Amino acid sequence: MASDLRLVEAVKATLGEEMARDESVVLYGEDVGVAGGVFRATDGLLDEFPNRVYDSPLGESGIVGTGVGLAAAGMRPVAEIQFQSFLYQGFAQLQQHASRLRSRSRGGFSCPMTIRTPYGGGIHALEHHSESFEAGFAHVPGLKVVIPSSPADGKGLLAASIRDPDPVVFMEPTRLYRSLRESVPDDDHVVPLGEAAVAEEGADVTVVAWGSMLQRTLSAVDDVDADVEVVDPRTVYPLDTDTITESVKKTGRCVVVHEAPGTAGFGAEIVSRLTETAFYHLEAPPERVTGYDVPVPMFAREDAYLPDEERIAAGIRRAVEA
Amino acid sequence: MPRTTVAEFSVESLEILAPDGSVDEELEPSLSEETLFDIYRTMRRARRLDERAVALQRRGELGTYAPGTGQEAAQVASAAALAEDDWVVPAFREQAALLTRGASMENILAYAMGLEEGAESSAEDRALPPAIPVGSQALHAVGIGWAQAIRGDDTAAIAYFGDGATSTGDVYEALNSAGAYGAHTVFLCQNNQYAISTPRENQTRAETLAQKAVAAGIDGIQVDGNDALAVYEATRLALERAREGDPVLVEALTYRRSMHTTSDDPRKYREEEEEVDWDRKDPIARFEAYLRGRGILTDERVEELAAEIEAELEDAVAGARETAAEADPADMFEHAYAETPPWLERQAAAFEGGDADGE
Repeated sequence: MASDLRLVEAVKATLGEEMARDESVVLYGEDVGVAGGVFRATDGLLDEFPNRVYDSPLGESGIVGTGVGLAAAGMRPVAEIQFQSFLYQGFAQLQQHASRLRSRSRGGFSCPMTIRTPYGGGIHALEHHSESFEAGFAHVPGLKVVIPSSPADGKGLLAASIRDPDPVVFMEPTRLYRSLRESVPDDDHVVPLGEAAVAEEGADVTVVAWGSMLQRTLSAVDDVDADVEVVDPRTVYPLDTDTITESVKKTGRCVVVHEAPGTAGFGAEIVSRLTETAFYHLEAPPERVTGYDVPVPMFAREDAYLPDEERIAAGIRRAVEA
Repeated sequence: MPRTTVAEFSVESLEILAPDGSVDEELEPSLSEETLFDIYRTMRRARRLDERAVALQRRGELGTYAPGTGQEAAQVASAAALAEDDWVVPAFREQAALLTRGASMENILAYAMGLEEGAESSAEDRALPPAIPVGSQALHAVGIGWAQAIRGDDTAAIAYFGDGATSTGDVYEALNSAGAYGAHTVFLCQNNQYAISTPRENQTRAETLAQKAVAAGIDGIQVDGNDALAVYEATRLALERAREGDPVLVEALTYRRSMHTTSDDPRKYREEEEEVDWDRKDPIARFEAYLRGRGILTDERVEELAAEIEAELEDAVAGARETAAEADPADMFEHAYAETPPWLERQAAAFEGGDADGE
């Protein structure tokens, strides 16, 4: 059986199922209890699990840091950071403790914490509500970074993240929360971390895109006179280098699309890996279509900042025509 | 509306054993002779470990080491008040507290030799590895104490940190969220008067550090941190409350008699006169005078103990040296993730293959 769900509904359903499945799962964060979260991703869960859903005091370092302690004591904390731009306040705890509790204790402790956080632009939010720092999180050894691009993957990847023995930053694209519906399995549905998906098969050029950029890429493809293969990494770290490499070996051309700034964005890592794994198969310089190296502008200008179908199509054409 | 007082607070201070070893009999806790001797023994072990560690560092065998000399009562007596299942969340100067909880000198030395082996630990140890970023660990003790509250266990966690840490946001967040969650957590602040070179009075304008609890709505108490009996009693009472969901901050007034770490020279920021003054309040001398007064310690027993500690130290140094000699560099790839990701496997394979950056 399956239901037609939006991403935010898939997230909520998965949280409920994982809490029912494993009583060590504890849900907490700012406004996640009584209010059900600012995006309503936890709506109703406090009623269902009154002793395992908590409205946390405001303070992101506290949210991440207490999660390290919960995990050390055998719980499976699932914390919500209201907007990814506020996770910087918890970054020290993430980098110094959550990511390395396992290595510091030589495997005696682990930190099976999932930090869910809405991210990205395109919903006309306030300043400091629209960033995409996946490359920064991916740069922290010990962390995993997961970004679903659809409701079904939202369910499968969140279930896998909560069950994962290591800390996961689970980034939910705000622009997709309610804009897309699809059939999501009602039963246990797990998408293993570290496995990319080929969202569309093609022979001429490979486009790698994630988060809200995946949908834009899939529509941009219609405007391009080429047979485009679209790969959705789904897990940013650990990256499924093999799937991307195989695709590029087949097509000989590659475009990476992300909404984070280009410099030192995760596209740089993907292109760099491809020069190690598929250099002699490349028929054109890899292209990147990304946000610019500026602080994400406030919403009046965010459409100018975010890669749109036109820019993505132009990037694909550059790769194909080179 | 008139101007009215809506909140008032006071901070109590506790001392049971005076610097000359005389005791306030009304407040004296009823501890067995065995427990009292154990506290003394561990204080002695910690002091000798510090001396030996500093000597080994000077010979180049250890990296940076942070001695706890002068803080033995604050650490040992507080850790001695814990129940077996309680958790310890240490900073980086808590060798004495960790020894009390059964950690080995060998592991402490191995850690100071730059070997992760020395911090190997699990939930069974009921202690996290030492935390280096100041104040950060207080939140972990809240998480652990909160987990006990969620499960309805009567276990508690104790976080160790110093006076400098009370200026960090993490300690504020920890005190506050412990109160909000009813975490089974005791915060043991060792106010040793200095954060590296910065004296306590430059750290905050607050009259006591214990009162930092007040804003979080939890109890705070100050205790003479060089008085093992007072530290024990204050921690015991704090733990009792914490097990009921009422976290407590204990400020133990003490003095870091030695350097911040082996890379620091205290003479640059404090006078000898001050150090001499605190020497007179030394926690071990004071406790020893008390135990001798009670007939628990004799010259003979003290000598026996000194010999035992030397033997323990020799074994520990030998063991740590062996761990260092056998350390496999490729070990760094082992514990980053439960399951090593493919790209990391590739790096590890290149390393093992002798070509550290290729295939």
